[in-house]
Amino acid sequence: MKSKLFLVIMIAVSLGAFSGFSNAQVKLTGAGSTFDYPIFSKWFDAYNKMTGVQINYASIGSGGGIRQITEATVDFGASDAPLTPDQRSAFKKARGTDVLHIPIIIGGEAITYNLPNVGSGLILDGPTLADIYLGKITKWNDPRLVKLNPGRNLPNKSILVCHRSDGSGTSFIFTNFLSKVSPEWANKVGYSTAVNWPVGLGGKGNEGVSGLVKHTEGSIGYVELAYAITNNLPYAKMKNKDGNVVSVNFNTVTAAAAGASKHMPADLCPIITNSPGKDSFPICGFSWVVVPRHIKDKTKADALIKFLKWAVTKGQSDAEKLYYSPLPKSVQKLDLAQIDKINK
Amino acid sequence: MAMFKRSDTDVNGAETLVNVQDFLRKKKEGKKNSFLKKLLKNKNLGDVFFERLTLLFAVLVFLLVILMVWEMYSNSLISIKKIGWHFLIGQTWDPVLRQIFGALPAIYGTLLSSFLALLIAVPLGISVAVFLSELSPGWLEKPLSFLTELLAGIPSVIYGLWGIFVLVPWLQQTVEPFLQNEFPNSPFFQGAPYGYGMLAAALILSIMVLPIIASISRDVLRSVPSTQREAAYALGATRWEVTKIVLGNAKTGLLGAVMLGLGRAIGETMAVTMVIGNRPDISASLFSPAYTMASVLANEFTEATSNLYLGALIELGLVLFIITIIINIMARLLVWGVERRWK
Repeated sequence: MKSKLFLVIMIAVSLGAFSGFSNAQVKLTGAGSTFDYPIFSKWFDAYNKMTGVQINYASIGSGGGIRQITEATVDFGASDAPLTPDQRSAFKKARGTDVLHIPIIIGGEAITYNLPNVGSGLILDGPTLADIYLGKITKWNDPRLVKLNPGRNLPNKSILVCHRSDGSGTSFIFTNFLSKVSPEWANKVGYSTAVNWPVGLGGKGNEGVSGLVKHTEGSIGYVELAYAITNNLPYAKMKNKDGNVVSVNFNTVTAAAAGASKHMPADLCPIITNSPGKDSFPICGFSWVVVPRHIKDKTKADALIKFLKWAVTKGQSDAEKLYYSPLPKSVQKLDLAQIDKINK
Repeated sequence: MAMFKRSDTDVNGAETLVNVQDFLRKKKEGKKNSFLKKLLKNKNLGDVFFERLTLLFAVLVFLLVILMVWEMYSNSLISIKKIGWHFLIGQTWDPVLRQIFGALPAIYGTLLSSFLALLIAVPLGISVAVFLSELSPGWLEKPLSFLTELLAGIPSVIYGLWGIFVLVPWLQQTVEPFLQNEFPNSPFFQGAPYGYGMLAAALILSIMVLPIIASISRDVLRSVPSTQREAAYALGATRWEVTKIVLGNAKTGLLGAVMLGLGRAIGETMAVTMVIGNRPDISASLFSPAYTMASVLANEFTEATSNLYLGALIELGLVLFIITIIINIMARLLVWGVERRWK
């Protein structure tokens, strides 16, 4: 009896080992953005079933992804902010080749708040939002907020500003938007993945900020759209560059990207906050896959090229289910041309 | 024999010396031989091996500490050189754009939150220990001890979640408004009552260190010989007087328990990060958000992109390490002082 059981186990183990071998033709590894992780894991699973190519991804944060691809410990990195000029030259020095940015997905940010009896869809504009985050507007019934929201009964409550305490691409996009709409913000604070916040509480991660907002009356915060939706938090409509009031959703975010793609820089690294267009939502941004232009391992390079081409075209249909916004067709075309530059 | 020779003829001093040396050498060899023989005869080679092995591990621990300090020092050299003393006294933390690294708010937050936590947890923890070891009836002691130890085993992120969902709303809606009403002019209770902040961090830390202090103190009190208690009772001492004597005997051990609690409070990361508000400010008010060194590391390490930023974070780790060492040394000195007075 026992020996039979042993035999069965042995067979099972050896079968497992064999199937492991047959799948292990090509293995790719990546690291970086936590923002990309949900759609990446969906893609990698689907792509593995389709082609047998196995892709492992460590969601350690954009900065970590940039560091690892620079040190060549992974095959690709993923980042919510493009590499800075310093990082690009460090990359070139370390890898002996240029870095390619490939826009892979778009994310919108929700300005979320906790005001019982006010409901969703509070209207804000850029300068007002900047002054809230500068600590100049401190009450919810400030005349400027009342003027933007006629007919709404705003309470005489202090505003509690919430922001990210960890470095993040979400903060990069948000502060970049504030810098574009408020000269005072640009001078005093500036934009980056982590800034010296004038006021407010810090929460770790999107879940930290949405937690702060959810549990504190009178609070305001910025989170990735998915977190606002899954946590049932109300979020504000924003007045965009053209003066239209738009809500954040897949259409308005993709519209912002389409608006920006008309003047796409050669490195495909546009910052699309506050972009023109009547439907454009102003606080959103691309996320990029970062690869070296020349990859020595030919089989890996081919596998990576095939996967990326699939992800920026067919893969985009998975975006909306996971609360991302798909790349507009115009950007997909530019992406394919960019991917073709690998090893050429 | 050599001794004889020396006392016999003082003239042949040189020869004598040679003889003495020869004698000593032989004696040594003899000893060695007998040692080896003994070894083989008694078969305690295993003992020797075991002794050496444990010695090796003991030395390894020491080397590991040295290596850690060296690694942290060499990796933070870039920021030590560039920032210098300003790192310890600066109050601005703007890591990416202006690259200003002033760690004082984080150092202040770490020390203050740990101190406040001990202020709450030490009297409570020692009271629990006294009850468990001196006063509790047998049927109650076992389950209570078990529960206390269970509290010590809960992962810190669970405490953090409890903090967000239970403690913070309670502070925000009940405790902080109450304190503000009762003490409107106190500098400790100024600012909007968010719930998140120094007070929440200190409370959650006190709950986390309480089981450590309580369970170690209980063991310490138990190890006081029962003859002490019996003698005191025999002399007609009351229960309270006996407890005082036991506490006096256990002073050193109790201090050790407090120090272990402090160690946990200083290094605690996750739960504190979740409730302290993560704001690098120095404020007297317990309501205002603050920052600790461990939280800074937890928040910012993954996205530290520039070398100086990374160096500054590692330097922060070094400072945390040094502060822990200083506190341990102070505790040791305190223990010695107490012991001497006791004698």
